Amino acid sequence: MSRYLGQRIGERDAVISGIGRSAVGRKLGRTGLSLTVDAALQAIEDAGLSRDDIDGLSTYPGVATASPGMSPNGVHDVQDALRLKLNWFSGGSETPAQLGAVMNAVAAVSAGLANHVLVFRTVTESSAQTATRRASVVGSGGDRVAGIMQWMVPFHAVSAANWVGVYAQRYMHEFGLTREQLGQIPLNQRRHAGLYEQAIFRDPLTMEDYLGARMISTPLGLYDCDIPCDGSCAVIVSRADASPDLKQVVRVEAIGSALTGRNSWDQRSDLTETAAHDCAAMMWARTDLTVDDVDTAQLYDGFSFLTITWLEALGFFPKGEAGPWLEAGESRIGVGGQVPLNTNGGQLSGGRLHGYGYLYEACAQLRGEAVGRQVEGAEVAVVGAGGGPLGGCMLLTSDR
Amino acid sequence: MSFQPLPEVTADSQAFWEGGADGVLRIHRCQTCSAWFHPPTPVCPDCLSRDVAPAPTSGRATVQGFSVNVQPWAPDMEVPYVLAVVSVDDAPGVQLTTRLVDVAPEAVAVGLAVEVTFLHVEDIYLPLFRPIDAEVRS
Repeated sequence: MSRYLGQRIGERDAVISGIGRSAVGRKLGRTGLSLTVDAALQAIEDAGLSRDDIDGLSTYPGVATASPGMSPNGVHDVQDALRLKLNWFSGGSETPAQLGAVMNAVAAVSAGLANHVLVFRTVTESSAQTATRRASVVGSGGDRVAGIMQWMVPFHAVSAANWVGVYAQRYMHEFGLTREQLGQIPLNQRRHAGLYEQAIFRDPLTMEDYLGARMISTPLGLYDCDIPCDGSCAVIVSRADASPDLKQVVRVEAIGSALTGRNSWDQRSDLTETAAHDCAAMMWARTDLTVDDVDTAQLYDGFSFLTITWLEALGFFPKGEAGPWLEAGESRIGVGGQVPLNTNGGQLSGGRLHGYGYLYEACAQLRGEAVGRQVEGAEVAVVGAGGGPLGGCMLLTSDR
Repeated sequence: MSFQPLPEVTADSQAFWEGGADGVLRIHRCQTCSAWFHPPTPVCPDCLSRDVAPAPTSGRATVQGFSVNVQPWAPDMEVPYVLAVVSVDDAPGVQLTTRLVDVAPEAVAVGLAVEVTFLHVEDIYLPLFRPIDAEVRS
């Protein structure tokens, strides 16, 4: 706690003033830029701003060509398409995971470099996927592998399903987590998808369906893995005092952007902990709020087990106790439960918007606009994205 | 197996990727404070000494985590196979992601004792691991 004592908590200078979301689905047959423009213009209008008010632009991870559909658009084409007049911009992947682009925007606003930053994340992974070309798999191109991937991919650990699978198996070994307990996460997200018309997979999912599905990389089966989609999310990060006509804002209470452990999937001495633990510790040290104040949690579920690491890192239950905690199912993590979790269906049933679906949903909940799935009186939301050495989290509050 | 991505060799990583030519798993070690570390870098992460060099290990390791991959991620990939994170027994703090061979997936568990066996492809010797106990091998 003392680390931040007396320090200005700069993120409180910033608010999320507007949110936008394009159509989201499987093989929409639209370009990434078209989806991005939809989300961006919607967010600008939602904030009560005009295009000319936008003086900052931020995105994650910038244009990515190595993984099909991972990120078709970056700063360049969006700035040009909308002819934005920018005082500040940033795009890249070496940030505290996906939400790093939002944190960069918050920092820029707090530093006075911009008043209203458009932040976006666009994926076309569903359209990009073919029989021989799969999204988010490294090493199939024939080139030599460098950087962090060289320590995993040559051994055929090519997918995050493999890397996360090792963590999940270790957690099961250490703490006795069962697949039935893990299955509460995808079942929960599917229930919530049923409440949300914009989610992709909405048919009910039973524990029998979950356990009977084919294995991908043990202990992760088909329903433990999220689904590639096409779509774009955008938010406007504004200086809290920049505009008198900001309609309804979400406040940034605290950010967790830390990486104090190894920047690696395999070198952590405790293979049940990830960067989420570093980030959560930092975030809680920057606020007087505690985990008991959280009204809804929107936490990364690219793989079901990653949600467990976020929940545990944030302190929703003591280390190792995920299994018994999750067994309560809907009364624990449902919309009316103790910790309403991934109320839009998450990425498991809503589609892999790669971190930004959670951010959008947290804002919708705090604004009281989550029709059909609204958490009553939601005032504090936590958003966490990433897995393994990638992590970033934010504590958001309503302006009520 | 025809799906076989290979690593890019650098001056730092050469001993790790090519050391298997004489059957020895080499891990970087600080010559000043004796710390082992991986991946190989030109500085000791503990004492910041620049006097670091690859050093031979016994090649014995212990399974710390594993996952049996069933999904064929590429058309020319043979499944299933066992991925593991192993700790190198005589290099404290060093873990490697690897593939286990000569073992049935159901025989793999956390704590399994394994030893290095190199897969030679082009200029690379990939350190794979197999059970030390011959009775566990298949």
